[in-house]
Amino acid sequence: MEIIKSDTQFNFIGLMKPAVILSLAVIIIGIASLIWHGGPNYGIDFAGGTLIQIKFQNEIHTDKIRTAFKAIGFEGSIIQDYGPKEVIVRTPESGTDAKSLTSRVEEGLSAAFGKGNYEIRRIEMVGPKVGKDLTRKAILAIIFSWIGILIYVGVRFEFRYALGGIVALVHDVLITITFLSLFNKEFDLNIVAALLTIIGYSINDTIVIFDRIRENARKNIRQTLNEVINASVNQTLSRTILTSLTVFMVLLVLFFFGGGVIHDFTFALLVGTVAGVYSTVFIASPIVLLFEKIKPTGLKRKK
Amino acid sequence: MFKSIRIRAAVTIVLCLAAFVYLAPSLTSDLPDTWKKYLPTDRIHLGLDLQGGMHLVLEVETAKAVESTLERTSNDLKENLMDNRVRFKFHERTQEKNVTFEFPDVASREAFDKILNNQYPDLETATSEIVDGKGLVSLKIKDKRAAEIKKMAVEQSLETIRNRVDQFGISEPEIIPQGTDRIIVQLPGVKDPARAKSLIGRTAMLEFKLVDEEHSIEEALKGNVPEGSVVANESRMDRTSGKRSEIPLLLKNRTLMTGNALESAKVQIGDRFGEPHVSLKFNAQGAKDFDRITAENVKKRLAIILDGVVHSAPVIQERISGGQAQITGSFTMDEASDLAIVLRAGALPAPVNILEERTVGPSLGQDSIDKGTWASIIAGILILIFMIFYYRLTGIVADVALAMNMLLLLGVMVAFKATLTLPGIAGIVLTIGMAVDANVLINERIREELRLGKTPRAAIEAGYTKAFLTIFDSNVTTLVAALFLFGFGTGPVKGFAVTLTIGIVVSMFTAVFVTRIIFDHFIWDRKIERISI
Repeated sequence: MEIIKSDTQFNFIGLMKPAVILSLAVIIIGIASLIWHGGPNYGIDFAGGTLIQIKFQNEIHTDKIRTAFKAIGFEGSIIQDYGPKEVIVRTPESGTDAKSLTSRVEEGLSAAFGKGNYEIRRIEMVGPKVGKDLTRKAILAIIFSWIGILIYVGVRFEFRYALGGIVALVHDVLITITFLSLFNKEFDLNIVAALLTIIGYSINDTIVIFDRIRENARKNIRQTLNEVINASVNQTLSRTILTSLTVFMVLLVLFFFGGGVIHDFTFALLVGTVAGVYSTVFIASPIVLLFEKIKPTGLKRKK
Repeated sequence: MFKSIRIRAAVTIVLCLAAFVYLAPSLTSDLPDTWKKYLPTDRIHLGLDLQGGMHLVLEVETAKAVESTLERTSNDLKENLMDNRVRFKFHERTQEKNVTFEFPDVASREAFDKILNNQYPDLETATSEIVDGKGLVSLKIKDKRAAEIKKMAVEQSLETIRNRVDQFGISEPEIIPQGTDRIIVQLPGVKDPARAKSLIGRTAMLEFKLVDEEHSIEEALKGNVPEGSVVANESRMDRTSGKRSEIPLLLKNRTLMTGNALESAKVQIGDRFGEPHVSLKFNAQGAKDFDRITAENVKKRLAIILDGVVHSAPVIQERISGGQAQITGSFTMDEASDLAIVLRAGALPAPVNILEERTVGPSLGQDSIDKGTWASIIAGILILIFMIFYYRLTGIVADVALAMNMLLLLGVMVAFKATLTLPGIAGIVLTIGMAVDANVLINERIREELRLGKTPRAAIEAGYTKAFLTIFDSNVTTLVAALFLFGFGTGPVKGFAVTLTIGIVVSMFTAVFVTRIIFDHFIWDRKIERISI
């Protein structure tokens, strides 16, 4: 069976301009959305605060929960439905005191709903100090992974390839952030893990095409780089689509069956996978070409 | 590369068997006895997010440890100066971190310098000035010594918390230092997180001080605290209503004894009300001191202070020489037993703050395991079917590789005692999707070569050779990203990096090495003429 015919001759290089415009447009929308939302919607991992997941015996209206939390002084709490009879409460408060926060929550809940009618299934508290640390570590991890990949690809291929690869990676991360912001998803540790995975996955795709370009460039010295790239993207197209399809399939399974804790994580990966394929085909290779135009390598290649 | 198909097949089978041996205990608890005797019985290690439990990041306020050392040392110095009849005035420490002594004349200043230099190697002069003919000297702990104190405070806190957790009875706790002043505490399966937290986070500084009965507390509350005294609150619980109230009490500043003098502490039930209290047993030095203190202060009130709060302040009726005392104060049974634990384990050298807490209840953990397992199974079946659908018999080869990949991945996790977390399960699911990538690359190559009119043997040879470098390069770059993920991650995220990394490495083995054996077998041994791809 074949999804993509083996002899496709799409002119990907020709589509470069509209593709870049499309990407830039999406990224600008993303930046606009970030400004509109007043920056990324940081979860407690980065902003500090407390998250409490509660499961009730009976259906409980969120207003009642809000009142209960107000009674114990948690004013700015956000309450979010989380499956049947289950809610997540987020509050910017983070008690460093050994027991006050948890016991306050317990008190408030048992006063409002009675002991035994609820179960605290998860509590996450991150103090502002840790939040700052984690933010710094997250940004560093992403940047260093870019640099690490840049170096590896630069050594194994050529610098212009590495550059194309990194531009594609930055692109994927930006696109993913755009969609996260548009859907007002929270930025937490899992999202950073997702971004790093997207980086790892997208570069994987890109390398496959670069490898083919390198091979074809050696084989067909008489072709222009333009033609070589087009041919290479076409030749690897069926693999690119196929692998992305399998990854996309398993991610969809995770998205629907994996449970709420990793829902947003999977969402980010789904966006990133699509962005990864797109950037591999439309962004990474043309950048290599662009770089060649700016600074020719002077190989025995016909212009 | 091994040429012989048999040797390569044998290697594969041995590895799979080893993985199975490691994995079996996680799948069933019903292992034969001989197995338990000779083979590994470790189960796959679940992260706190899957088995439920508490993760804490604590910060030791090491600066406080330095401050209290300075306070202790300067108190000692004060007494020393008085003993040596050196005239001085002591300035209470206010905002600044140093203590200041004031000397009226040159002679006393010189005497002070002599004592300081000879007997207090940890102290040094921070500033020294002369104001209105009086010498003002402020002292601080030497920087090198302060660094040592800080380091020791963290080490000692670690040890103390470990003791407390051990006595609390939690299996397989993990207590490790992080950075310069942080401690990570992981308590799997903890039942009462709030109680565990207060047990760990409590300083448990036990002090014995005399109640100042010469001055009135009312005066002191107005702001006229007499020199050498301090106001503290006594916590009392009304027996009938169960309400707690706080009563201010004027105490002498001097600490007569601390928790260091204890040998043991245990919970006992009182005879009269059947109420639990904590009975203390002093060590040899402590018993001697307590004997002396009670003898000197008969008919005076002795306050027992825990973390700055007076628990009780009984009147000393007579000299107590048995080296025993008790803390009463209307506790619940849990409170009393926790108090006994912290007193036995000793005080923290400095207060600790909880910087981060992540607690997952056992029911949510089980939910996550169930959902993760289902997602993996569904994803696995989908991919297996898809590969057969797309590549026919060659798809089955890829499927064999995928199944083997899962077996090896989990086996390696058990063997290396890696922790499986919920994001880790997501990593496994992702591996299912990505592991076939190598096979897709090889198979697409083989198809290309076949299209060029090559024989199956040549096409497979070329397909593997050409695809290998691509697979290698693309996977190494992914590994680079996974490595940074590992370095960045805490707990669950680290688990994701672990499964992803193992998944990538194992998939290179199964997708390239193992599938090639199968192909070679059909090409060389069965001499097939056509590939179903």
